[in-house]
Amino acid sequence: MSMLEIRKLSMFFGGLAALHDVNFDVRQGEILALIGPNGAGKTTLFNCVNGFYNPSEGQVLFKGKPITGLKPHKVCNLGIARTFQVVKPLSRMSVFDNVLASAFLRNPTRKGAEDVADEVLHFTGLWDDRDQLSKGLPLGKRKRLEIARALATQPEFLLLDESFAGLNPAELDVSIDIIRGIKQQGITVMIIEHHMKVIMAISDRIVVLNFGQKIAEGTPAEISANRQVVEAYLGEEHGA
Amino acid sequence: MKNNLAPLIVLAVLAALPLLGLNSYVMHILILSIMWTLAGMAWNLLGGYCGQVSFGHAAFFGMGAYSAGLIHLHLGASPWWGFLASLPVVALVALGMGSVVLRLRGPYFVLATLAIGEVLRITCENLTDFTKGTLGIMITRTWVEKTQYYYIILGLAALAFIVCRVIVHSRWGYYFVAIREDQDAAESLGIDTTRYKTIALTVSAMLTGLAGAFYTNYMGYIDPGVVFSLGEISILIIMVVMVGGVATEWGPALGAGIMVILAEYIRSLPLIGVAYQTMFGVLLIVIIIYLPNGLVGDWPVLKRKLLRRGAPA
Ligand SMILES: Nc1ncnc2c1ncn2[C@@H]1O[C@H](COP(=O)(O)OP(=O)(O)OP(=O)(O)O)[C@@H](O)[C@H]1O
Ligand SMILES: [Mg+2]
Repeated sequence: MSMLEIRKLSMFFGGLAALHDVNFDVRQGEILALIGPNGAGKTTLFNCVNGFYNPSEGQVLFKGKPITGLKPHKVCNLGIARTFQVVKPLSRMSVFDNVLASAFLRNPTRKGAEDVADEVLHFTGLWDDRDQLSKGLPLGKRKRLEIARALATQPEFLLLDESFAGLNPAELDVSIDIIRGIKQQGITVMIIEHHMKVIMAISDRIVVLNFGQKIAEGTPAEISANRQVVEAYLGEEHGA
Repeated sequence: MKNNLAPLIVLAVLAALPLLGLNSYVMHILILSIMWTLAGMAWNLLGGYCGQVSFGHAAFFGMGAYSAGLIHLHLGASPWWGFLASLPVVALVALGMGSVVLRLRGPYFVLATLAIGEVLRITCENLTDFTKGTLGIMITRTWVEKTQYYYIILGLAALAFIVCRVIVHSRWGYYFVAIREDQDAAESLGIDTTRYKTIALTVSAMLTGLAGAFYTNYMGYIDPGVVFSLGEISILIIMVVMVGGVATEWGPALGAGIMVILAEYIRSLPLIGVAYQTMFGVLLIVIIIYLPNGLVGDWPVLKRKLLRRGAPA
């Protein structure tokens, strides 16, 4: 079953087509990786899904219902949570309070919200940092806090924007485990990632964007065998 | 809630103060300090916790003051009913204002609040049939002594303290701070930012209106130039919170005490006394530079500095 349907999605900024006629589905329970070179339109696609942008053309359907043009908080209420590529911690709040603020969404009482926050902090390995101010965290943990906060809204669908960028190898492994754990909880994941090793390790399917257009879609094996993709994207990596 | 002891002790001490037989001037200073504490706590909810800086809280203070004045003038009712009358009036205006103005972010919101305070003042000055314009409204004060007024404003401030404390520790409070820290993040985490900013504004406005209604009853006379004043109300409320500590529980009380005493002192000085608003402006700049979190917020920093200076001596 399709959890999310992207239908003829286009987003123009002036003359620039950040997205042009993009179509694909994200199936329930899978991890779908969205890859592509810098400026390909990946973050723009997330912004169109979560309501920060109202797409110029096309539709986004969540569990069969259109969500195009809804405000971000409405989209989150429906069960879609996201993280930010450029992390946006609530700086002068502790790690625990960051997560608690999100947990209130489906748990209006303080006790209920605290229970959810406890669980999420343990799950993401941030429990020992719970009393720290979030602006004092190292980047790796701030990236994880983004995930923790999104999870605390108890979503069915999670959008992860470069949650692995800037992590050291040890942190990468921790985050890979966390994302596998998220999948095991039955949460569908769409993840933007540059790290090919991570992509190949965790994703069920891959969609490739280039200059705002979808140029390929398939399993990790299919994608790494695709010449167009290798040229547009993997080529850079391999060459570098 | 964890710590109820400190507020109870403070309340007990304040409640006992009049028993010392303080003179009428000291009582006046205390009453004003507590009234500004009330207004400061109200502003702090919106400006401190929710991060929406208002330069127009005189609008709500003035509406509260005029609620009391007008029901007396037109209906012959006791101006004490102004407390009740002000609540729906102020709430409605805040809700209306919120739904329009709170869509604006950053400097636009600040400018809009500034405009609203001034617009209300000018309106009030010109609706002479209804408000008596710049002539103002006079009421007969209920008591000659200060004690009764003292206990009334103390009760109101205590109530506001409880309201703020409950809100700050609840879901609303967390949403307010989340909005202050990052509006986009808050929105994407399911928080209806316009709605919760409007809630913060409305509660803040209603509490400020109560301070205004008290002002009418206590002072016995109001006119638009005073109760809708940018300098003497809107800016003073901000100063109270900035000096004491933005987004701190005790900041407004400390700031109010300091500002009231300071205002009295500066005004009593020969020559420069008339320029007290300028002096406040300078003070505000100094505070913003050296104590951006106010006395309560920057207390740890302040303590360290003082200790270091004291050590070698
Ligand atoms: N709000 C905006 N206004 C104007 N142009 C924008 C806006 N947002 C994105 N763009 C442009 O759209 C294009 C796609 O940007 P986007 O951020 O979606 O790329 P991306 O695939 O996420 O890249 P990266 O890997 O660098 O994060 C870029 O050319 C960018 O400059
Ligand atoms: Mg991006």
